[in-house]
Amino acid sequence: MASTILEMRDITKTFPGVKALSNVNLSVEEGEIHAVVGENGAGKSTLMKVLSGVYPAGTYDGEIVYRGDECHFKGIHDSERRGIVIIHQELALVPMLSIAENIFLGNEHASYGIIDWNANETRTSALLKKVGLREDPKTLITNIGVGKQQLVEIAKALSKEVQLLILDEPTASLSEKDSQALLELLLEFKRQGITSILISHKLNEINRVADKVTIIRDGRTIETLAKKDISEDRIITSMVGRSLDDRYPSREPNIGEIVLQVRNWSVYHPIHAERQVIKGIDIDVRKGEVVGIAGLMGAGRTEFAMSLFGRSYGRRITGEVLLNGKPIDVSSVSKAVEHGIAYVTEDRKTYGLNLIDHIKHNITLANLPGVSRHSVIDDMRELAVANDYKAKTNIRSSSVYQMTGNLSGGNQQKVVLSKWLFANPEVLILDEPTRGIDVGAKYEIYTIIARLASEGKAIIVISSEMPELLGITDRIYVMNEGRIVGEMAASDASQEKIMRAIVRGEGKAS
Amino acid sequence: MSTESGPVPKSGVAEDVQQGPRVAVSALVTNLREYGLILALIAIMVFFQYTTSGTLFKPVNLSNLVQQNSFIIVMALGMLLVIVSGHIDLSVGSVAGFIGALAAMMMVIWPLGPFSNPLVVSIICLIVGGAIGAAQGYWIAYHRIPSFIVTLAGMLIFRGICQALLGGGSSVGPLPVGFKALSSGFIPDVIGSLTLIPPVVNAAGKTIVGSGLTLHMTTILLGIVAVVAYAYFGLRARRSRERHGYEAEPFSLFVIKTLVTSALALFLVYQFATYRGLPIVLVVMGVLIALFVFVTKRMTVGRRIYAMGGNAKAAQLSGIKTERLTLMVFINMGVLSALGGLIIAARLGQAVPAAGLGSELDVIAAVFIGGASAMGGVGQVVGAVVGGFIMGVMNNGMSIMGVNVDWQQVVKGLVLLGAVVFDVYNKNKA
Repeated sequence: MASTILEMRDITKTFPGVKALSNVNLSVEEGEIHAVVGENGAGKSTLMKVLSGVYPAGTYDGEIVYRGDECHFKGIHDSERRGIVIIHQELALVPMLSIAENIFLGNEHASYGIIDWNANETRTSALLKKVGLREDPKTLITNIGVGKQQLVEIAKALSKEVQLLILDEPTASLSEKDSQALLELLLEFKRQGITSILISHKLNEINRVADKVTIIRDGRTIETLAKKDISEDRIITSMVGRSLDDRYPSREPNIGEIVLQVRNWSVYHPIHAERQVIKGIDIDVRKGEVVGIAGLMGAGRTEFAMSLFGRSYGRRITGEVLLNGKPIDVSSVSKAVEHGIAYVTEDRKTYGLNLIDHIKHNITLANLPGVSRHSVIDDMRELAVANDYKAKTNIRSSSVYQMTGNLSGGNQQKVVLSKWLFANPEVLILDEPTRGIDVGAKYEIYTIIARLASEGKAIIVISSEMPELLGITDRIYVMNEGRIVGEMAASDASQEKIMRAIVRGEGKAS
Repeated sequence: MSTESGPVPKSGVAEDVQQGPRVAVSALVTNLREYGLILALIAIMVFFQYTTSGTLFKPVNLSNLVQQNSFIIVMALGMLLVIVSGHIDLSVGSVAGFIGALAAMMMVIWPLGPFSNPLVVSIICLIVGGAIGAAQGYWIAYHRIPSFIVTLAGMLIFRGICQALLGGGSSVGPLPVGFKALSSGFIPDVIGSLTLIPPVVNAAGKTIVGSGLTLHMTTILLGIVAVVAYAYFGLRARRSRERHGYEAEPFSLFVIKTLVTSALALFLVYQFATYRGLPIVLVVMGVLIALFVFVTKRMTVGRRIYAMGGNAKAAQLSGIKTERLTLMVFINMGVLSALGGLIIAARLGQAVPAAGLGSELDVIAAVFIGGASAMGGVGQVVGAVVGGFIMGVMNNGMSIMGVNVDWQQVVKGLVLLGAVVFDVYNKNKA
């Protein structure tokens, strides 16, 4: 029906010593939503950077034909001039500027360098309406959530009169509700004739919106599937090169005594002193049990976990924590760690890793006494530990001396997990442990969680992906607006039940 | 020079990269980068040796060079930790000046009786330095006031106190001989000296054969002991790696590295031995350098400082008490600034109001030339020391050549910029 808008032919891109892409082909038709999937490190992001000119013409082989012209983009400006806009996984917004300032950053309505704020704000309002975001254009980016920031990025793309919109894992950090809204928006754009390339790990999303799927593995195009051929099984098989019979490893729960009890836990917002973020939470976790905490974005799950972990979040924290029946002091991170509590953060780059140091040093950081005597580090013991955990958690890297900043998301997450496993905790709190990582690595993370449970650890998993919670936990707490609004055994939980608990809880809270 | 691993490809497909020969190549590349700085130092030394017609390496000049620059290197050791932890300290020059004034007042002016003994005064001064570091570090660590601002305030405050203490523009001295030995003294020759080829003098009193060169044997012995220890520990670390089944760097590279370093060290030791032996301040400096290398490379506290500089939030969430660690880094800086101040005063033989003025910039420059990152988390002790020597040799060499002081500054500025540009360029390429 429609004509081909973009054709990438035989794209080959090499980094020193590595072929990141070899002869990749991608053909996108006008007005379609074209999904690109592949494991992390498969080369999707590299391909998009080639397309948008982040890697300028000449640094790769192959040709890009856009609207019939062969293009040699020298930088992102060249591609944007042709209406190709990329929205990166890590949002590129300036936190202390307003929505309007961000949308027209570098592109302001101005004459002789003097900005016409009214024009900017009027246009911003119009754009925000298009993406369905009800916020004042003067609101600072730092004051709106990640979901809304994503919408601002899209509004920014629209302001550049986008014809080909590239979204790199747009829903990775969004809640279920925001993700749905974003996908609706993509379908709306499609009706308006905007072509989109969607990079995603979430197969159900692709199933829903994509017209075509191109699968990339190890820097090569595996296949392109038309709408009628798209199925999760087919995609997974092509992505990992093997079939995954089950997305969650099976395990035999062996649940023992209560290990962790939290009683009447309350936390206030660190800046808005009057706002109570956590409102009297009670939970218990047993030995060998995997407990999930479900909830929407902003339900207070991360805030709860971080306040529990050495008061890393919030003020005026009250409540009691009991470990094996005895009250413990968790008023600082080091005390929490000493008592055997570990917290694997949802934001591994900001809070989890020293990205400019290598794997070995990251793994031992939370338990340096474990590799040292009289405060002197035993280099050989440290190396042995690092290699041991690299093998145990299957970190794929050339050696333990690789910088963590150069690892893919899944492998970074395995490094953070290794760090906490080496600290040998009794209670492990995992916050969005599989966010932004691919199917294969997810399965590996699930396997690690199952193994830890069978070793008798008490595990709390916070996740926005309900199928994941249903698949790997034994029991699920549902949180909403700082309260526990439901508790159910995973065996008789369902997505509908969880959503119902949230909705009912919302009624109660207001 | 700032990282341990070789250049790592950015893409995740790196997993497929073959090991084996690549490891050896990357080890070589890494080592070239690490030793690039030392090679630069050697090149600069050779350059000045040539342009000063051999004056640079004259034993008496080497002693001068060490005595003039040791305080920069001593303070650079503390500054390295400050910069690695993601901070800066602009107050070190003023603190050094203040401590010098304090020491002089205690030894010369104030009637302190037995407490005016140089050793007692030095110990008190180091403690005061630590307290100054703690006072500044407190605001930085616990109140999150940017270190640039706190130490800028400290720079003004302590320069002011230094001048007030000395009563306006006057200088206080002379300082006791025992104290001046810290800078201008040499280690005693306990073994005795050796005359290499006894001179044969003819009737007219003219030497026909033999140089009459006498060697300071304690110095020679210390030098040999240090070189043997260096080779022994290097070999032991290698063995340990191999015993645990890990690849060590290629043996040939290890041998070359050890031989070159040892030869260079022995050459310098020999030069010192032909003069008056090792300067005391060089021994103090050497011990401190060894200590800081050990702390940063092998001790948990060192590792934690690097982690804090690399990602403070992640370090904190790994159970590291980042506030206390920051405080400790600044206390350490304060003590070393005080030591720097004592060395300056001991060299001048008196306390002057301008002592250490502007030296904070030399110290910071040394650390950055040595490959530390202004963002924190990256930097090596050896790098900072070599950076300090590069500055020192340039100062000394240009002075002998008769280059105007104004132009010396221009050259030093260009070298600083060039070194950092080179470093950044190298990192981006990798």
